Amino acid sequence: MNLFTVSSSPHIRSKESTSRIMLDVVIALIPAGIASVYFYGVGVLWIMLVSIGSAVLTEYLLQKFMKKPVTIDDFSAVVTGLLLAYNLPSGAPWWLAVIGSVVAIALVKHVFGGLGHNFMNPALAARAILLAAWPVRMTSWVLPGADAATSATTSATPLAILKGTEAVGAQLPSFMDVFLGNIGGTIGEVSSIALLIGAAYLLARKVIGWRIPLTYIATTFVLTALLGEDGLYGAFYQIFLGGLILGAFYMATDYSTSPVTPKGQIIMGIGCGVLTAIIRIYGGYPEGVSYSILLMNVVTPLIDKYTMPKRFGEVKAHVRNR
Amino acid sequence: MGNNLSFAGGIHPPHSKYCTEGKKVELCRVPDIVRIPLQQHMGAPCEALVKPGDKVKLGQKIGRPKGFVSAPVHSSVSGIVQSIEAADQPNGTRGLAVVIRNDGEDTPEESMRPGKLEQLSAEELKDIVMESGIVGMGGAAFPTHVKLSPPPEKTIDTVILNGAECEPFLTCDTRLMLENPEDILYGLKVIMKILGVSNAYIGIEDNKPEAVRTMSSAAEKETGVQVVGLRTKYPQGAEKQLIYAITGRQVPSGGLPMDIGAVVNNVGTAAAIAHAVRTGEPLIQRIVTVSGGAVSEPKNLLVRIGTSFRDVIDFCGGWEEEPAKIISGGPMMGIAQHTLDVPVTKGTSGILLFTEKEAAMPEASNCIRCGRCVSVCPIHLMPLFLSAQSLKGNYEEADKLHALDCIECGSCSFICPAARPLLQSICVAKKEILAARKRNA
Repeated sequence: MNLFTVSSSPHIRSKESTSRIMLDVVIALIPAGIASVYFYGVGVLWIMLVSIGSAVLTEYLLQKFMKKPVTIDDFSAVVTGLLLAYNLPSGAPWWLAVIGSVVAIALVKHVFGGLGHNFMNPALAARAILLAAWPVRMTSWVLPGADAATSATTSATPLAILKGTEAVGAQLPSFMDVFLGNIGGTIGEVSSIALLIGAAYLLARKVIGWRIPLTYIATTFVLTALLGEDGLYGAFYQIFLGGLILGAFYMATDYSTSPVTPKGQIIMGIGCGVLTAIIRIYGGYPEGVSYSILLMNVVTPLIDKYTMPKRFGEVKAHVRNR
Repeated sequence: MGNNLSFAGGIHPPHSKYCTEGKKVELCRVPDIVRIPLQQHMGAPCEALVKPGDKVKLGQKIGRPKGFVSAPVHSSVSGIVQSIEAADQPNGTRGLAVVIRNDGEDTPEESMRPGKLEQLSAEELKDIVMESGIVGMGGAAFPTHVKLSPPPEKTIDTVILNGAECEPFLTCDTRLMLENPEDILYGLKVIMKILGVSNAYIGIEDNKPEAVRTMSSAAEKETGVQVVGLRTKYPQGAEKQLIYAITGRQVPSGGLPMDIGAVVNNVGTAAAIAHAVRTGEPLIQRIVTVSGGAVSEPKNLLVRIGTSFRDVIDFCGGWEEEPAKIISGGPMMGIAQHTLDVPVTKGTSGILLFTEKEAAMPEASNCIRCGRCVSVCPIHLMPLFLSAQSLKGNYEEADKLHALDCIECGSCSFICPAARPLLQSICVAKKEILAARKRNA
């Protein structure tokens, strides 16, 4: 007697999987990690590993405790851990990474239902919480080359210099320094070229679309050029500062917290751009990327609701289906 | 009108047609027993016209249609009626079937008369289509004479033949277009005469360049028929997508192709019409692709209706590795079978034997809201939300999200990286919505 599997159609599936997508994101983030180690020393590698480790361990323990299937093999915790590390300043102590990871995984992700159910980007939300709780440590920038362990001098990020909030009168780094990453900033945001290489990989692998990053960066650029004080070149220079590249390509594009509709994605990109520009120009903070993305995250369900695509064969008047 | 026509959305599954696309159609061995279901079409099942012990001839009508949306059923062999009993059918239902013991003679029914398209009127041609039991051979099995009888207020200006064959593995339409383009064109002319239409297209996917060539040469001799190349994509052969790709018109939600002046038929249906008009023989056999990793000799076979899957597979050398799944139709919309003792019916386009590896399905995990399902849906629905509402039992919400517009192509389930049961849950929602409407009506 033969036993055949009887299941619902379709009977074939594409090769794509959640874990493969997450792995692609990790791969895309590697160039930025290498650049960071080059500029800041091997200490940041330790931060990255601690962060990833804490994230994965937190997810494992939490799922075991909640008696749910353990899903650390989908690599989503690895991505969150790595992105959180990339959002910490280069001089951050290791325990900041641990707390951040635990908050991101346990509070922002699993309390709300786990993968796909978080309503804010976990790494960014955790970063915001850390910034509120440890404002000094979260803004202790170290310039490349300095010994992260012993340097007590806080230096400024280029945006802070521009805004005049810190290191008033200091020399702005050259565009080449900015592009390569030879500046102060968080671990993952500084090397624009490394991030762009990773972004190209993600676009080629079709993990991210062009809509959110392009509209985000374009809107920020246009508004900064129009409303800012540094003109066209200044606006262009500032694209590569303040984690905009990291945010636009890697954070705003997080699936669970961005719209699923094409129109919705453009709206999100524009919204993020507007908020980033406004915060940078008129707000109290020199950087606005994290908050812009978080604010657009919470509006995403609303955006999805109002940007439903036009159905094939949609009829204006109500027609009863037969 | 040119090549590379398409629609927004859709997926690109591996074609898997290399096993059979080069194989000429062979005659499948006619079995000793045929089980001919009395319902092989959309609409009411037929009434049996014979009883156990009756002698029947090849092509003899053994089932009378009930109602207008129905089609007669004919014997595919000559022999003796053994019984009329409930039998499993490939669409998952169990219905009455006429079991006939084949006497091997193939004695034809005398009333079958050859005819000529030029000498028959539109009405007479339509009667032949009806009397011959012709139904949609693409798989839906809708009675063709009903499709060719649009109400007078619907003006038809375009006839389209569906040569897309977008399902992976299946090559029955491909071989038909390569080996018998004349019958397809003849059947198309019958359809055009019945409808009084002078403008027709034959849509063929561009992964079948040779078929495009053979059909184009055949079409050159006719006026008003144009062969158009379609970009290879699933579900290009879906009626609404096909009409859109060729004419740019969208069938309205809840409507039918006739609402926008079009009638679509499968190339196999057209060939069956031609055969019926030319020879007088009703629909008693069809081309079936037997493929999949587990079958010993993949083939394209001309199979008598009522032949069991078991007999067809035996003719293909059986299997080397025990199949884990048997599918009637294609892998995207076909139906998995629990037994080999089901008959080939008018709508059976393929029999696929999947190995353990081919049949393996990934485990479902959380929806990550990636939106791939939204981008592939040919109807531009939002499968992730439809599915989420269905799984929670919120069928009214699913209705508001237009679940009923779903054409059940399966593109969403195919592309989902989390292997979620998107199509399955949407189908459940559709059934619940329709049942609720019936209750409230």
